[in-house]
Amino acid sequence: MDTLTINKSAIKVNEEGYFTDPSQWNEDIAVEMAKQQNIDLSEKHFEVLHFLRNKYAEEVPLTIRKVGKSGIVDIKEFYKLFPGGPLKISSKIAGIPKPVSCV
Amino acid sequence: MEVVKEMTANKVVAKEKKEVKKILVICARGTLEDVYAALIMANGALAEGKEAKMFFTFFGLDAITKKKADHLHTATVGNPAFMRGLPTMIGGLPGFEALASSMMKKEMDKLDIPPVTEFFEMIEAGGGEIYACKLAADMFHLKKEDFIPEVNDIITVGQMYELAEGEGTHMVFI
Repeated sequence: MDTLTINKSAIKVNEEGYFTDPSQWNEDIAVEMAKQQNIDLSEKHFEVLHFLRNKYAEEVPLTIRKVGKSGIVDIKEFYKLFPGGPLKISSKIAGIPKPVSCV
Repeated sequence: MEVVKEMTANKVVAKEKKEVKKILVICARGTLEDVYAALIMANGALAEGKEAKMFFTFFGLDAITKKKADHLHTATVGNPAFMRGLPTMIGGLPGFEALASSMMKKEMDKLDIPPVTEFFEMIEAGGGEIYACKLAADMFHLKKEDFIPEVNDIITVGQMYELAEGEGTHMVFI
């Protein structure tokens, strides 16, 4: 278990950098997390992040396909918003655990 | 760069850990389970931020043929792993293969595994590339218009190897 200091708050994360306590998340922290991935968060990014957090709270297993059917972005846009592994990176920024799906 | 230690017969060798950057999946089979294996591996690579390219040859061409892509079947005959204890003859009964395939598809749908053509759309959206083998296409008298729109091109084996060029490429044959 590691601790990440963002905006003076100590965030508990696992060894891969995923939040272990999603309640520690807020939008300002997301902005800082995204900067580390060279992503400037737009409104669209936040819509995706909130969608992921809601689904996580509802205990729905997340897949790229589900995000593509969310009505927020299609799969192509999702890859563009979070380049280099969209679901992994967006989950990290959204402060939820790493998704475990194979699809 | 991370260094991993590898145990060999009598000594420990330190090796540089090298990332997989690209995968080239070659699919030569047309059964549901083989095609899905190819699709899941390619799509999984894209989801991990890796490059993925796919090459379909021989019966694998069924997966990218408009008329057949969403109608692939699971092998109920000559597949000893399928329903162990069931005599092979039963697998050959009329309609059995279709029934088994539709049951398989239902189970996969529950896991959010999309139908074959939708899977190709996902792979294209993720930046993956899909190719058909020229020799096999000629053999089965298939042309570009017979293939799903996601197929980038019909290429030779030499061009297929060009797709694999670069550092950190892995090839998977199914």
